[in-house]
Amino acid sequence: MTRLALLLTALVGVLFITALLVGPADIGPLQSLTALVAGDEGPMTLVMREIRLPRALLGLLIGGSLGLAGAAMQGYLRNPLADPGLIGVSGSAALGAVLAIQTGVAAGFALGLPLAALGGALIGMFLVLVLAGPRGSSLTLILAGIAISALAGAFTSLVLNLSPNPFAANEIVFWMMGSLADRSMTHVWIALPLIVLGAALLLSLSRGLDALTLGEDAAEAMGVRLSRLRLTLIFGTAAVVGASTAVAGAIGFVGLVVPHLLRPFVGARPGRLLWASGLGGAAMLLAADIAVRVILPTRDLKLGVVTALIGAPLFLHLIFRTRRDGM
Amino acid sequence: MVGAAGLSPGPGAAGLSPDPGAADQVTAAPRRVVSMNLCTDQLAMLVAGTGQLLSISDLSRDPRSSAMVDAAAAYPTHHGRAEEIYLMQPDLVIAGSFTARASVDMLKRLGIPVAVFDPADSLTDVADRLKQMGEVLHQQDRAETLIAQFEARLATFQTEIASHPRAAIYHANGYTAGDKTLASQILTTAGLANIAGEVGFSDAGFLPLEVLAMAQPDTVITSRPYPGGSRSEEIMEHPVIETLRRARPEAAMTDSDWVCGTPYVLQAIDDMVDLRRDLQGATR
Amino acid sequence: MSLLTLNGFSVTRRKREILRGIDLRVGPGELVGILGPNGAGKTTLMRAALGLIDARGHSSLASLNPRERGRAVAWMPQSREIAWPVDVETLVMLGRTPHLGPGQRPSDADHAAVERALQRMGLTGYRARTATRLSGGEQARVLIARALAQEAPLLMADEPTAGLDPAHQIATMRTFAALAGEGHSVIVSLHDLGLAARHCTRLIVIDRGKIAADGPPLDVLTPDLVRDTFGISAFLQVTPDGLVFQPLEVLG
Repeated sequence: MTRLALLLTALVGVLFITALLVGPADIGPLQSLTALVAGDEGPMTLVMREIRLPRALLGLLIGGSLGLAGAAMQGYLRNPLADPGLIGVSGSAALGAVLAIQTGVAAGFALGLPLAALGGALIGMFLVLVLAGPRGSSLTLILAGIAISALAGAFTSLVLNLSPNPFAANEIVFWMMGSLADRSMTHVWIALPLIVLGAALLLSLSRGLDALTLGEDAAEAMGVRLSRLRLTLIFGTAAVVGASTAVAGAIGFVGLVVPHLLRPFVGARPGRLLWASGLGGAAMLLAADIAVRVILPTRDLKLGVVTALIGAPLFLHLIFRTRRDGM
Repeated sequence: MVGAAGLSPGPGAAGLSPDPGAADQVTAAPRRVVSMNLCTDQLAMLVAGTGQLLSISDLSRDPRSSAMVDAAAAYPTHHGRAEEIYLMQPDLVIAGSFTARASVDMLKRLGIPVAVFDPADSLTDVADRLKQMGEVLHQQDRAETLIAQFEARLATFQTEIASHPRAAIYHANGYTAGDKTLASQILTTAGLANIAGEVGFSDAGFLPLEVLAMAQPDTVITSRPYPGGSRSEEIMEHPVIETLRRARPEAAMTDSDWVCGTPYVLQAIDDMVDLRRDLQGATR
Repeated sequence: MSLLTLNGFSVTRRKREILRGIDLRVGPGELVGILGPNGAGKTTLMRAALGLIDARGHSSLASLNPRERGRAVAWMPQSREIAWPVDVETLVMLGRTPHLGPGQRPSDADHAAVERALQRMGLTGYRARTATRLSGGEQARVLIARALAQEAPLLMADEPTAGLDPAHQIATMRTFAALAGEGHSVIVSLHDLGLAARHCTRLIVIDRGKIAADGPPLDVLTPDLVRDTFGISAFLQVTPDGLVFQPLEVLG
């Protein structure tokens, strides 16, 4: 148990350092870290502190957010197919963010962008939960997710298409696939407050999600306040996913893959899976973002492409298994 | 979208389409000419005789992209759709080689002669394109006059400069111009060195922010943001760019002067000469 | 002392009155069987009494706050849901949820309660098994153990013996009877009238939303009531081995 925590933390640590060392600028590992810590006004410090550090920090925060949100949603819906990207929460957050940018709200005040994304995520999440119902059978959940994803994607494309800015239309890919390229510390500060708040909310659900293993009736009879749990889940998920999407676009499959892989190692307990998936998500996203830079260093390969390449086959596997088990 | 990035492969000029049918019909001076491309629009407006040019693209009236907004106001515009151009019954259509292929192909199928112009990659191309436009419109004399004026002014820039400050062109999405581009020639003519060459860019491409930071240019030249925000342009506000700009003269390019291979590139060169003088004044 | 009191208790769902005018009081040491044909309102009665669905009238349990209620009553719903492949011990430990503060780890007392519950249900050899891989009957026993681990004065279970083999049906009812003997009370809904007649100290028959009979088994399971409520004839006799009830025929 604690061994898993140590292992995951060590993995995240190693990947974080590696993420700091990978980039198009040709700087040696030792030089890089010295430049990061010592900080002379030179170009190396600039690269380390303003380009690589925010990128690695965002990988950590956003990966953790997505893993945590995925684990929480799966725990609540008691369905291993739930994932904020897959069921349209990220897509709705992206729509909120795009609207904020296009209307100038994002430029107007610092928290405009993440708050708009939070709003989008709240609406998307609310719609999915209403459409899928409390027990969220796999079929209705996936159908609701497809509907919300498609709708949010269509509106996002529409807004970008109609934008007077000629670059906007090309950004559909970013909002659908996500990327951490060339983010700055500004983005870290934009996302951090909401991610911390959302993560605290989600981690507080641990016991309630455990009790939900026995179903809503039993959980409620054991003193779990379901309506409060549901609200906490919606706000927590919307906060972490909204903040993540606002600065990095909609990155899919992290919230699906990570809880699935880690579930056996926490004895399938939804509560323990929360923090484990948070760490695991951070590891996965850092690794994917390193892969993006190593595989095609000269192209802006989108992060979501890599996570989807890993996640989609696993998703199929899950669907087949769900079908076999007749869920 | 031609000219969106200011550096996207702009159209310029080349000869007539090799289509023999089209060539045959242009034996007499064309009298109903429609231009479909921002850059051919401007070349045509400069070279065409009175009443010869029927219509130009609507982009030519956009002050961000077009250097000839005032002149463009005198012409009816179109949106580049094959059917609206066909209904104008042109006897010659002029298109850039990157103009919407489908529309151009349809016009050809409908039997309208189309002259296709290639992008201009250098300052010498500017004179060539003017010459080609003169031939296409049967206005060789007007073209020669323009070329002579252009080359005379260009020659005034050919002075010896002691040092060449290093400049980086950095646009939305980190787009830069390599050393074999028109934009790069504008810089070098103005006495600036383009850092894209140092780091191995010959064509236009995406310059990683890290590489830019490590190259430490003396100045960063960005484009002016469009209305309605975009993530792509956000990069021009990145702290790294802000740091590179700090305490140094900077410049935002006037896109319309850079986009096309027309004599208006001279204004771009003028702007860059001013920038170089600022830089050299600052370092002293 | 009363473990459950209902006064003028009515439930209306989708504009249909499912229960009306129920008055009920369950004291310590009782094993109460709730009987009634399908759709009579047995499950609704228990869920409404717990406060899981809205009702009019007074319920002593529904008026508690959720945490107090979790210590006053353990509830085993009819749907035997085990959503994740957790091991049996972990699952039974979930019964201790109402006793744990936020972020508090299970204490020795909690582990002891889990141990007692596993022992009562004969599951000590199953503790490390994955709950979802057990047979339906085994899962039912694990879920009963979970409810037992809650160690509340009152246990309410909706058809806990459905799907169990005869030996485990009897063993389960005996466990409940033993709890009642220790001063707890148990309320179970049952379809097996024979099992109810034999093990319960008190039977409550629900029919068309009302209490049709309430009392000791021998007084409740009269030929008239069995005919009117269940539409069957039955054999009922007090034998040296206890009360025997056997349904015989469906009456036209």
